[in-house]
Amino acid sequence: MNFDFSDDAKALGEQAAKLFADRAGPAAARKAMADGAADFDAGLWQHIADLGWTAARVPEAHGGLGLSAEEVCKLAEAAGQHLAVVPLVSTLLATEALILAGSPEQQARYLPGVADGSRIIVPAWNEPGAVNPGNIAVRADAGKLTGVKAPVADLPGAHMAVVAVAGADGPSLWLVDLAGAPKGLAVETIETLDLVRRHGRLTLDGVTAEPLGDAGHYQAWLDRAAVILAWEAIGTAVAAMTMTVEYAKTRVAFGQTIGRYQGVKHKCADMFIKIELARAHALHGVAMIDSDGPELRQAASAARVASLDAASFCGEEAVQLHGGIGFTWESDCQFYYRRARTLTAALAPRGWWADRLVRALELRNRAAA
Amino acid sequence: MDFNDTPAEAEYRATARAWLTENASEYRDPPAVPYKLDEFIRRSKAWQLKKHAAGYTGITWPKAMGGQGLGPMQSIIYGQEESRFHAPSGLYSIGLGMCIPTVFSHGSPEVIQRYVPKALVGDEVWCQLFSEPAAGSDLAGIRTKAVKDGEDWIIDGQKVWTSFAHASDFGIVVCRTDPGVPKHKGLTMFIVDMKAPGVEVRGIKQMSGGSDFNEVFFTGVRIKDSHRLGDVGNGWKVALTTLMHERLAVGGKPRHAPGYATLMTLAKGVEAPGGGPAIDAGDVRQRIAASYINDEGIKLTQMRALSALSKGEMPGPEQSISKVVVAKTMQEMAAFALDLAGGDGFVTQGADPELEKLQGSYLWSAGLRIAGGTDEILRNIIAERVLGLPGDLRPDKDQPFNASVAA
Repeated sequence: MNFDFSDDAKALGEQAAKLFADRAGPAAARKAMADGAADFDAGLWQHIADLGWTAARVPEAHGGLGLSAEEVCKLAEAAGQHLAVVPLVSTLLATEALILAGSPEQQARYLPGVADGSRIIVPAWNEPGAVNPGNIAVRADAGKLTGVKAPVADLPGAHMAVVAVAGADGPSLWLVDLAGAPKGLAVETIETLDLVRRHGRLTLDGVTAEPLGDAGHYQAWLDRAAVILAWEAIGTAVAAMTMTVEYAKTRVAFGQTIGRYQGVKHKCADMFIKIELARAHALHGVAMIDSDGPELRQAASAARVASLDAASFCGEEAVQLHGGIGFTWESDCQFYYRRARTLTAALAPRGWWADRLVRALELRNRAAA
Repeated sequence: MDFNDTPAEAEYRATARAWLTENASEYRDPPAVPYKLDEFIRRSKAWQLKKHAAGYTGITWPKAMGGQGLGPMQSIIYGQEESRFHAPSGLYSIGLGMCIPTVFSHGSPEVIQRYVPKALVGDEVWCQLFSEPAAGSDLAGIRTKAVKDGEDWIIDGQKVWTSFAHASDFGIVVCRTDPGVPKHKGLTMFIVDMKAPGVEVRGIKQMSGGSDFNEVFFTGVRIKDSHRLGDVGNGWKVALTTLMHERLAVGGKPRHAPGYATLMTLAKGVEAPGGGPAIDAGDVRQRIAASYINDEGIKLTQMRALSALSKGEMPGPEQSISKVVVAKTMQEMAAFALDLAGGDGFVTQGADPELEKLQGSYLWSAGLRIAGGTDEILRNIIAERVLGLPGDLRPDKDQPFNASVAA
């Protein structure tokens, strides 16, 4: 039995956590909140591209490192833990769509730019009024897309988007070139609960686009994306827990550190429990991606639900256990509290994934019967 | 990543499986009627003897103690394979899993020679006598006393929640030998003969209706000093050796306990409060998902531990979440499922077997949340040992036991 990350993936995760601890973290997040701040930390982006992280999953033939989902998930976890102000997770998600669904020509055309960091590519699934990834309003008509995508994480500053588009067999995946500013395309920054990560609205009015993958690719991509996002959420939950545990060791009330009180320490223990349950399912998800295993859908759905539960709980209880200081603008607690909502909005809500999990179990049971 | 055995593990598994196929065939199915105690003991002893002859007892024990000197993976693999059958188990799990390792870690050569071999072949059954009515979570607060009388010790007091005391030949018992020092320092561990004069075993009837445990009364029971385990006053450290083995044993969901799959089956057959099959109701589906996440999350967490053991490493701290999640999940899931079944979930007389299992699980889980460390103590352990938070304030910690409030 070898149900664990490889030593290589762990080493990459540690390297990423160390760099992000230096170059990202709450202080950098606070800078990103300021009026007039850049969409993301361009210097850090170039640095991580130089380190090959944007190339992690890109096949070697296209200038990448051809690594497994293990490395991708370790990077997502580190980015989530340190609130890294770079479009890394978005690019990793979109890269997954390209290698899953892209034709050899599309991969040869786009992946080298992804690998060297010069092409920032983001997934655009969300639509105003939509909560179900199976119910998409953006239409394709003779190769031209019309509709609105919002909120789209890391859209401002991105060069390309992987867009979910309605189709006869269910939604499919299309590629939209944002950098070329094609006719009918509008990108605007929108305000969200997350004050650190930029989100945008993508308006498509007969924009020329190219098909990337069919409905099957779209569904498979949702599962892979759920696993990667689960690791980002686990990282964020760990950061909120760590910060809270450290505070509970030093804050004194009624003559002793508050970490001695069961009312406090049991909540910290519950944070750990939720994080470890999420980790177990998210690890299952990674194993299923890399082995192309039959349990990917149930593992991914469970990972998504469990990781969102962990991120929400840790973010909320972090504020609570810090008390009044935790509710101030100056406290770092708000980053994790707000980020939990970002993570939920990133890819269909928790309830949809819980239902998808049960559907996967029903299918499995029917197949076994 | 994979869920496969290493070649050496696969070979051990294949050998064990072949041996079980040949030797455990009478236990392919569960007994039609549960065994009565005599029959259970007779069968347990016969099965243990058979396993012993084949080298499937004391798998991780040192060879010098009659064990096989193998690693934890071999023991786990054998356990997995045996659990495919319904061979009588349980009678020896505490004795061989916890008591005897304590005996061979702390007993004299004569004591080891006298007791270990007979325990291993299943000739003699052992129980563990730690908990008391006034000392559960706060185990070091025990009051059963041992007083020196010449070369002997005289034991007086009461133990509780002792599994298989009524079937046991011997037990390890932790006693207070010095009430004048702080509570952890005045304890000593002994081997006690459960058939000795002054030992009285009474069954406890649990709120679930069954009787799986006992209380044990000691009145002037005489123990030879040679049957002391460890130094006088060192009983707490000896008890920790024993409990370390318990933590490895108590964890996962009981093998036949209902889980998320039971809830799915039930939800297909009953109507949702809003009409239509319950399996299609949103809240029911959310609960199925929540049960799956906890049940399977613990199973996957255990696989992480097995992976570490397989590589010769120690399992990570995540193992500590197991029982606290399992017990509460069982309780919540059973309550939800029984509610879903409406009045039928409540009536025990003539209940459908699946509902009967859920009713049993609902009652049993209340005890499971307490046994082997309460939910609260386990959260303390996670917070203190894993997250490094300071311990609870323990005002009696440095006081002589007989001066503390509890005494």
